Amino acid sequence: MINKIWGFFIIVGILFTIFFGNVSELNDTILNSATNGVGMVMDLLPIIVLWAGIMKIAEASGILVKIGNIVKPLLSKLFPSLKKDSKALGYITSNICANALGLGSAATPFGLKAMESMQKENKKKDEASDAMITFLVLNTSGVTIVPTTVIALRMMHKSANPEEIIITSILATVCASIAGLTLDYIRRKRKEK
Amino acid sequence: MSNLSKLIIPLFVLFVVFYAFRKKVMIYDTFLEGAKEGLITVFHIFPSIIAMVFAINIFLNSHLLETMFSVISPLLEKINLPLNILPMAFVRPISGTASLAIMNDIFTNFGPDSFVGRLASTIQGCTDTTIYVLALYFGSIKINKTRHALSTGLFADLIGIIASFIVVSLIF
Repeated sequence: MINKIWGFFIIVGILFTIFFGNVSELNDTILNSATNGVGMVMDLLPIIVLWAGIMKIAEASGILVKIGNIVKPLLSKLFPSLKKDSKALGYITSNICANALGLGSAATPFGLKAMESMQKENKKKDEASDAMITFLVLNTSGVTIVPTTVIALRMMHKSANPEEIIITSILATVCASIAGLTLDYIRRKRKEK
Repeated sequence: MSNLSKLIIPLFVLFVVFYAFRKKVMIYDTFLEGAKEGLITVFHIFPSIIAMVFAINIFLNSHLLETMFSVISPLLEKINLPLNILPMAFVRPISGTASLAIMNDIFTNFGPDSFVGRLASTIQGCTDTTIYVLALYFGSIKINKTRHALSTGLFADLIGIIASFIVVSLIF
């Protein structure tokens, strides 16, 4: 997928410019893109490093477990097919909380473990279970409280308030999550009939 | 609203450091350890950022989109919606780096505090790489019948994008 899109951008972009555009500009674009890329990495570097340090402290303090205990009863309502004390629910909670805190690299192993334990309770091994779909809808529309990369790039482009998009992101995410979970619920019920 | 946004990072840092301090975590050493991991993360994403900026610059600078959508672009301009948001919304579920590169381009051309700059920031912050995550998670347990997972996930993304537009219009 990513290979096709990457190729599409380059091939279509170059052909279109050669036939309808400015070729000397194209040379500049190609040669400058690496410099732009390095610039972007350098813009991201300070905030990512700083935030990784802070999040490591959060991880070491056991905050994730603490927040998980609060969130778990709420999450269990979304997964009627999972038992309240099931391992899967614990992993789902950890994954969602880690994602919310922006601990992407910590979230993925929890997510994979959650899928694994839901697969154990799954009757058709090649088909996604209800719980898996609900989990993935929640995961992919899930909130990150502090979107560090966005804030870093806004800061480097001299935004007056780099952090002002936190609230708008959270509000938009809540809409997306509710819409996704509702559609999932409707389609699950329709199947049961 | 924007005052609330201003408080989130300071309160978050305060809470984390205070909580860890009380739990007697070696906070300074732990910070260094995490920062080192952050450095490695940046090192790992370096090549993919170069690759994506390269491809996306070629595509956006070809002005193909402007030509293709020249009929409807006055309409889009009327509702304050520059064309570059379209490829961003399109690649967002597939590649976080690609959409980040387009967002960066939008910041360069329109500024982060423009309407489209704020919209791009909100879209990047509120949705995830749905297609990539689904492929990774279902692939790990060898599930090929994914039922309504993909369409529901993409529907949520679409609602997220529409909601971003509405929320940014209302708040700023």
